[in-house]
This record gives sequence, C-alpha cells and structure tokens, in this order.
Amino acid sequence: MDLRFTDEELAFRREVRAFLRESLPPEIHRKLAEGCRLGKADLVRWTCILHARGWAVPHWPVEWGGVDWDPVRQMIFRDEVQQFPAPETLSFGTSMVGPVIYTFGSDAQKRRFLPRIATLEDWWCQGFSEPGAGSDLAALKTRATRDGAQWVINGQKAWTTLAQHADWIFVLARTDGSARKQQGISFILIDMTSPGISVRPVQTIDGGFEVNEVFFDDVRVPLENLVGAENRGWDYAKFLLTNERSGQARIGLSKARLRRIRALASTPRNGAPVLIEDPVFRRKLAELEVEVRALELTQFRVIADERHKEQGRPNPASSILKIKGSELQQATTELLMDVLGPAGLVRHAESGPAAFDWARGGTSTYFNLRKLSIYGGSNEIQRTIIARAILGL
Amino acid sequence: MNFDLSEDQRLLKDSVGRWLARSYAFEHRARILASPEGWSRATWAQMAELGLLGLPFAEADGGFAGGPVETMIVMEAFGHALVVEPYLPTVVLAGAVLRHGASAEQRRRLVPLITDGSLVLALAHGEPQARWHTADIATRAVEAAGGWRLSGAKSLVLHGESADRLIVSARTGGAPRDPNGIGLFLVDRKAPGVVVHGYPTQDGQRAAEIGFQDVRVPAEDVLGDVANGLPVVEHAIDEAIAAIAAEAVGAMEAALGMTVNYLKTRTQFGVPIGSFQALQHRAADMFIALEQARSMAFLAVMSAADDDGARRRRAMSAAKIQTAKSARFIGQEAIQLHGGIGMTMEYKVGHLFKRLTMIERQFGDLDHHFGCLAAAGSLLDDA
Ligand SMILES: Cc1cc2nc3c(=O)[nH]c(=O)nc-3n(C[C@H](O)[C@H](O)[C@H](O)COP(=O)(O)OP(=O)(O)OC[C@H]3O[C@@H](n4cnc5c(N)ncnc54)[C@H](O)[C@@H]3O)c2cc1C
Repeated sequence: MDLRFTDEELAFRREVRAFLRESLPPEIHRKLAEGCRLGKADLVRWTCILHARGWAVPHWPVEWGGVDWDPVRQMIFRDEVQQFPAPETLSFGTSMVGPVIYTFGSDAQKRRFLPRIATLEDWWCQGFSEPGAGSDLAALKTRATRDGAQWVINGQKAWTTLAQHADWIFVLARTDGSARKQQGISFILIDMTSPGISVRPVQTIDGGFEVNEVFFDDVRVPLENLVGAENRGWDYAKFLLTNERSGQARIGLSKARLRRIRALASTPRNGAPVLIEDPVFRRKLAELEVEVRALELTQFRVIADERHKEQGRPNPASSILKIKGSELQQATTELLMDVLGPAGLVRHAESGPAAFDWARGGTSTYFNLRKLSIYGGSNEIQRTIIARAILGL
Repeated sequence: MNFDLSEDQRLLKDSVGRWLARSYAFEHRARILASPEGWSRATWAQMAELGLLGLPFAEADGGFAGGPVETMIVMEAFGHALVVEPYLPTVVLAGAVLRHGASAEQRRRLVPLITDGSLVLALAHGEPQARWHTADIATRAVEAAGGWRLSGAKSLVLHGESADRLIVSARTGGAPRDPNGIGLFLVDRKAPGVVVHGYPTQDGQRAAEIGFQDVRVPAEDVLGDVANGLPVVEHAIDEAIAAIAAEAVGAMEAALGMTVNYLKTRTQFGVPIGSFQALQHRAADMFIALEQARSMAFLAVMSAADDDGARRRRAMSAAKIQTAKSARFIGQEAIQLHGGIGMTMEYKVGHLFKRLTMIERQFGDLDHHFGCLAAAGSLLDDA
C-alpha cells in the first residue's frame, strides 16, 4: 500500500502543467477560470493545440492517435487539465462516439471518422434521450427503416447538448419494433446537414443555450452508417454510458473551484472584511476539501482496480464517482455563492456594472450545474445501480 | 393559539388568487419580463384598483389599514405567480419607512400617490462594502442652506431605475458601522447628481447601482430624526423579511404542487415515476420543509409589529434561516425530480427555483442570520 505518486508520475504531472502554462491561450484560460462559457471557436482552437502536441485523445489506442499512458497517467492528465483549468475536449466525440467507433465500428468508419474527431473537424452530438425516453432510455421511439441502400429516420431527440454546433449526431433508433425493448435498437451515425433534420435550441435556467430538440423527418442515411450489428445498439450504448459515468467525477474541476473560492474570499473588496477570516466560512471550505480528497482517493482505488479487472467490464463503483462527483461540484458552487454574497444576485448581462465583474459566472454556474445530477444516468438511477449491482438488494 | 384568517382576510386571499390566476399566467409573465422596463404598469394599475398598493397604510394617511397578515396573504400569492412588479420596494420596504419614520404631513402627501399607483419608490440602503450589515453606511449627508447634500454609492437597489423617488440612508454623523448617526432622505431619482445604472437580477427582476454626487435634498424631504434612522430601516427590512418569507412559502408551494403533479403524470419504465418509493420520500421531505417554512413565516409575520426590536430581530433571523434552508432544498429537489424539463426556461419550475435562490440570500444569507442569532443568545425564551 502506498498512496503517493512515483517520482516519474510527479515529473509527468509537472510536464503536463508546464505544457498548459505555455500553450493555453490566456483569453480561454480567463473565461474558464471565471466560470464563463466557451464558444465553439475556443474549443476548436484548443483542440488543435492539443492535437499538435499529440494529446487530443490520449486515452485512445495509439494507432488512432492515443498515447501509451497507463491509467494513472491518464488520470493525472485529466486532473491537471481540469485544475488548471484548461478546456476538456468535446466528450461526445472523444469519450463517447470515438471509443464506440474504434471498438465496434468498421475499418472504413474508423478511417473516416476517428481522425476528424481527434482534431474537432467534426463536432459530434449525442442523440439518445427523447421526450418519452430519459431514464428509461430503451423506451425510445425514433425509428430507422430500411429503404434500398438507405435508412429512413423519423422521430425526435431531446436535450441534445450543443447540437446547434454539430456536424454529426450519433443516434439510437429502433430498427425492429417487434423485439423486446432493448433488442430492436441500432446505433447510427447521421450527418447533421441531411435534409429533414431541424434543430430547436432550448434555453436553460442559467440563461445559456446548450441543449436542443432535434427532429428527424424522413432523413435518409446510407446503410453503411450503422455501427456494428443491426439491433445491437443497446450494447454499444451501455459501453458508452459506462465510459461517460466514470468520467463525470471531474474532481479537478471541484479542486479548481475551491481554489477560486479561497482566492476570492481572501481578496479585500470595497474595504469590507475578508471572508476567509471568518471561522465558519473556513470550516465550510475545509469540509468540502475533505470530501474532495476522499473522492479523489476513491477514484484512485477504482482506477487501481481496473488493472485487475478484465478490460471493458463496467465497474459499478463508477456510480460512486458519478454521484459524489456531481454532488461535490454542486456543493462547491453553493459555497462560491456564499463568497459572492449580494453580488451573486446580479445577472451578468452585457450592460451589467463593472463593479460586479469579479462575481461573473458564479450564480449561473450554480444554476447550470443542477444538470449534473440529472444527466449521464441520474443520481437516483446510479443509487439503484449501487443497491442492485453491488449490494445485491 | 389561532391560525385562522378572518372573514376579510379570506376574501382578500380569494380575490388576489383569482386575479393572478386570471391575469398573471406564466406566458403572460414571460412577456412582461421581456418588456423594456421588465415589469408591467398595467398590472401595477390593477394592483391599485384591487387596493393592494395601499394595503399596509393607515386610513388617516390614505391607506386601507391592513397589517402584516394582509401583506403575507398578498406576498404568498405573489410567490405562487412569481410577480415581478415593484411591490416589495414600494409598498413593503419604502412603505414601512414611511409608516415608521415619516411625519404625518409627509405620509399624507405620499401615501395617496402610492395607493393610486402613481408613485413608485425604492429603498436605497445597502452599499457595496456592506455585505448584509445594516449599519455599514458610508454615504454622507452634510447640512447645507435649507437642506442637505448627499454623496455616496448604493448597491443592489431593488427596482432602483423604475422608482420615481428613492429613500436614501446617509450618515450625518458617526463612523462607518456606527448604528447612530444615520438619517433618511427622500430623493428624486432624476435629481441632478443621481446616477442610476440598472441591470437584471438572477430571478428576472431588476436592481440598480446608484451614485449620489452632492445631491441636494430640501429640509421637507428629510424623513424623521437625521441621527436615528437606522431603527426605522431595520424595522422596514424586518417587515420585508416577513414578506419574502411568505413569498417563499407561495413559491415553494407552487414548486411542490408542480412536482407532485409531475410525479403522477410522468411515466418511465411503464409506470408513473411517483410510484418509485425513492421519489415518494423525496416529495414527502419537500412537504415537511414547506410546512416548517410556513410555520416560521407565521412567526415572522406575527413578529413584524413587535416593538421590542431585539426580540423582533431574533424572530426574523430564525424565520429567514428556515426559509433559506427550505427554499434551497425544495428548489433543488423540484428541479431534480422533474429531470431535464426542470432545467429549461420554458417551464415554470426553473423560474420558481431561481426566485427561491434569490430569496435565500436577500436581506442576509444563512451564515449572516446564523451569526446574528448566535450573537443574540437563545431563541427559546422568546416563546
Ligand atoms: C443539461 C442537459 C444536457 C443533456 N444532454 C444530453 C445529450 O447531449 N444527449 C442525450 O441523449 N441526452 C442528454 N440529456 C438528457 C439526460 O440524459 C436525461 O435528462 C436523463 O436521462 C433523465 O431523463 P429525463 O430528463 O427524461 O427525466 P426522467 O427520466 O423523467 O426522470 C425524472 C425524475 O425521476 C427519477 N427517476 C426516473 N426513473 C427512476 C427510477 N426508476 N427510480 C428512481 N427515480 C427515477 C429521475 O432520477 C428524475 O429525478 C441532457 C440533460 C440535461 C439536463
């Protein structure tokens, strides 16, 4: 038993940090540090920089642009990126559809799609949920019917994140209506410029535009855009969702937010006493630091465990990471609002007074991050997974 | 012990509830929010017609002689419907300052204008450095020929840019944070030297930063004793805390109602999600939180007229703490149990959550009121 990193791992951490310090454009850094939204151009620019360094998709197989890092280094890399904070790459491509394609896709699909995901030349979005199929994803109704050399897609997807920027969408569609719920579903790749697709942006409570409804009206898709076998889409979706779940702890983001909180609480403003001198506040900060540290160690254990398990088998303990990780991110935004005090009531419109600039992005992040316990398999669903798969209840 | 409303109070509750159900639907409110001023003068006129704007004022002054219970009834209904008109700044906050601090002559001059809807007021008290401390006032008032001159900066003045006149607190003596030496002045928003910078707040309402540069105030617009205005402001803030505690009850009740209804109608896995015991327990906890908050809103309301300032402040801090805790819990749970739909601006529950989040922190957050209460000693002997 040894909880420390090796000297090599520590050197690796420093290398990553040095790269971020040298390469991340300061405007992008500032936006992230202040909890503001990045634009599409920001993310494309950063992905290109990462790609030039060979680090856009380190967790992929080496032949498709991955880096031969062990799970500990992969984790250190993510942690440094989140803490810095630097942007994470677009997960719909790099962590969701990319791994599905290199694991289950055809050679042609791999050659066609993977390089463009790694560079963000193709922006992907995730078309799983529907109005009637959220937690019960297998209730989805979007249909794909064969017509000659094409699939014809009809239906509606809901909550599709950043579909307004997307070049491609991966969807789960029903290809066999007579089979059991989970069994008649296929995983299909669709060009967003196809005739018959329309996108309606939906404003979220933080005031941003991040989710959309996507409608399919007789959309024609080449048969070759099916991934893997027909009617096996549910298996690929489960593989994808498990990857999504374990990536959601995002402890580095909570650490970065706690650092920002400490800095803001230590900065004198308008001659008022600084909050960091208040023992009640310091106790709350310490409480969250303890929780973050505990989760970080739990994550180390899950990662260490992966080395002993057979590849690709979902570890139900990743539900702990999802639940605690999302709750901690939410709790840190609550503490951030405590620091902002009255300034947290201000909405930062273009016309907002400069006196509140330091508080920018605080309250809206609190609103926005309520989503974390809803998506990626809601925290209720994750608790059920723990109860059933781990505790045998 | 009696929690019943009187006959007149029941009538008030019914008529306000009916009026809002008819004329303040969620879609209508969205249009009001999108309008340039962010609130509706037409709605304001209807409030005047219904007698709501003159509610807390004495008949002798031109009001309708309502008390804290009447204000509670109105604010609870406003919480349900998420009313955005400047009732809190004009009628509750400024109204309380006039009732407790103005001369009879000033009240007779101003109250009829509030009552008929032609005068919108705002209380310009909080300052950028003050956080939630009511005595932390640096704005200065110096005596000048026939009146006073004000200089300083006020922060987060609710509806400051819509107000015709501002009630401004300013130091006539004493050091910053000294409870003595604070006076109250009635200032025209358009007076020379007043600079107003308005902006939206997170719940869709409006507030303003206001600068005062050597603004002249005639002697007739000084409200009460120039050295002893703080108790008046504190009483006004206490009444406002009681009012938003009631507003929060309305908003929480609406959020719980929508959530329970959603649990009954939304199906996943072939059954209504309300059949999952995990969610039933969550809804039950929301109900408990609502009832605890309702009890403490009653305490705040029944303490609002308490002349023992220290005891009144303890009750308000206690009520504000319970309100804040319940508001946060119910707001967050309402979103969570709705799933994705709770996250959108197109659905009312998210707006309730946002307003509840603001109420949680308006006039002092949890830590502030825990601090006040801890410093004030025990609550147990107040009963
Ligand atoms: C901001 C945001 C972005 C999203 N982005 C995407 C995206 O890009 N692509 C995509 O496909 N989807 C996306 N989603 C959708 C997301 O995956 C769903 O919201 C999620 O699966 C929950 O489904 P639902 O919203 O329909 O809620 P429901 O499933 O209706 O759930 C409502 C409530 O009931 C609870 N519940 C449901 N079933 C059970 C049960 N059996 N036991 C106990 N409790 C239960 C839920 O936990 C929740 O609290 C996004 C959602 C949000 C909010």
